[in-house]
Amino acid sequence: MIQPTTDTLAQPIIRFADVHKRFGSLVVLDALSLDIPADRTTVIIGPSGAGKSVLLKHIVGLLQPDSGNVYFHQQRINHLSERQLEPIRKRIGFLFQMGALFDSMTVGENIAFPLRHQGIKSERNIQQVIGEKLAVVGLSGSEKKMPADLSGGQKKRVALARAIAMDPEVVLYDEPTTGLDPIRADVINELILKLKEELKVTGIVVTHDMASAFKVADQIVMLLNGKIIAQGTPQQIKTMENDDVRHFIEGRANAADLKALHRL
Amino acid sequence: MTPEDPSSNRFRILSPLEFWGKTCLSLVLTLGDFVRFFVAILAGLLRGMDRFGRREMLSQMFDLGTLSIPVVMLTGFFIGAVLVIEAYPQFHALGLASRLGSVTVLSVVKQIGPVLTGVMLAGRVGGAMTAELGTMRVTEQIEALRSMAADPVRTLAVPRVLACLVMTPILTVFSDILGIFGGWLIAVHVQGINNDQFWHFARVGVDIYTINTGLIKALFFGLAIGAIACYKGFRCGNGAQGVGRACTEAFVSSFIVILILNLVLALLLTNIYVMVWPNQPPIL
Ligand SMILES: Nc1ncnc2c1ncn2[C@@H]1O[C@H](COP(=O)(O)OP(=O)(O)OP(=O)(O)O)[C@@H](O)[C@H]1O
Ligand SMILES: [Mg+2]
Repeated sequence: MIQPTTDTLAQPIIRFADVHKRFGSLVVLDALSLDIPADRTTVIIGPSGAGKSVLLKHIVGLLQPDSGNVYFHQQRINHLSERQLEPIRKRIGFLFQMGALFDSMTVGENIAFPLRHQGIKSERNIQQVIGEKLAVVGLSGSEKKMPADLSGGQKKRVALARAIAMDPEVVLYDEPTTGLDPIRADVINELILKLKEELKVTGIVVTHDMASAFKVADQIVMLLNGKIIAQGTPQQIKTMENDDVRHFIEGRANAADLKALHRL
Repeated sequence: MTPEDPSSNRFRILSPLEFWGKTCLSLVLTLGDFVRFFVAILAGLLRGMDRFGRREMLSQMFDLGTLSIPVVMLTGFFIGAVLVIEAYPQFHALGLASRLGSVTVLSVVKQIGPVLTGVMLAGRVGGAMTAELGTMRVTEQIEALRSMAADPVRTLAVPRVLACLVMTPILTVFSDILGIFGGWLIAVHVQGINNDQFWHFARVGVDIYTINTGLIKALFFGLAIGAIACYKGFRCGNGAQGVGRACTEAFVSSFIVILILNLVLALLLTNIYVMVWPNQPPIL
């Protein structure tokens, strides 16, 4: 396994130390240790079911490890109560894989929710943020729509607007470009880059979109069966010899999958 | 598959001991979990709600309360009418037909009104509220709330429980009024009981304590219905099947709890009555 050579100056803002997580008998994270550098974008790749979404949920305390620890700014967070997690959660934006928009609220109210919940009273400020963030994701003027009336890709973008509404210092993007057309997907890539460069946002991007991964990543981590099998800069990952990594980034089916198909 | 994998047991026949052991254990665990949830709701009720919560509460009060008024009135009317139709022959045979006013009002106010309203609401709330919260859980909206530092119990459960708490007594009043009307209609206009006598005995039979008995019951029913519906929604299993099952369970559990509460409260409130007014045995 190649060790990360992304600049060692960057302090880890989030740290996984020997994290184990299982659901029943299914081992999802297996002795996972990972440093997420501040002000950089870390991309997590890996096959479906590898535990990428589970990993993200540990960072905001939606899930707790069975053993091992998770740190945010050197503070151990996996033993904190919901109440104690609140200040940490306020600093992190989370784009859920399925969007998780509140479907009883309009698009505008969805984006306003974190703002109102955190005590921003000025209605003018709130409306301004809603307008700004919707423009950023290319959905200006849809404040009044209900989530049920949006397409899959539009929902995803509203969810992204909601995740960045508070200008958080860390944004967790769970498949931000899935379900978007190639042009819109690239706009989202640019957005992720821009947030990092201009607002110093630490990004963690889970994606299956390799073009997006190589474009936005400072560091790429590949998960397989709950373990990290490769970690490095995009350049290092591209030139890696490991078969699992090669197959994955080139999007080629492996021998076992092909054999199963032949039985059809 | 390892031995502790629950799915490996799915198609195996359990020995009776194992079966009862498992059933009791899961019952105790669920009960403990529910009690913790319930305490969190009570704490939330005391802390009050934010602006978002108040809006949720009003919309729930409308959906579950206002929209339930017609159906609660309709059922109240029919049950009140049937009560008199079926009680009349016995009372007539005893020569007490004129006392039907007491019977009607007493049964409606103490029993039929609150229980009927509770059961109607349990069905409606189990169907609507549990389904909504269950869908929110399945689509990760509840996790999204938590990820934004909002407390789902405070933002979702407390307004709903409060809506049930307020609306059940109000709906009970509607049910009571129509139940009495239904009984009166049959007694006076079908069975030919004297109108003045009907109302005379109705007044004698019912004091303010009796009316409060019904309303106190309704209050407890509302609390139970709301808390159970929210609990089942929050702990809903995955997929459409999980949501469906949670709704059914919410209704069945609320229904059973209503019956148990009804018994306990009847015992308790009657004893209190006898303690406070020892020389005045409850009429009838
Ligand atoms: N709350 C849960 N309860 C039980 N099992 C879970 C839970 N959350 C996730 N899992 C299981 O953990 C495994 C990893 O899930 P996860 O959602 O992290 O996959 P993923 O890597 O994000 O996959 P995808 O790319 O398809 O989104 C899956 O097998 C899933 O069934
Ligand atoms: Mg996922």
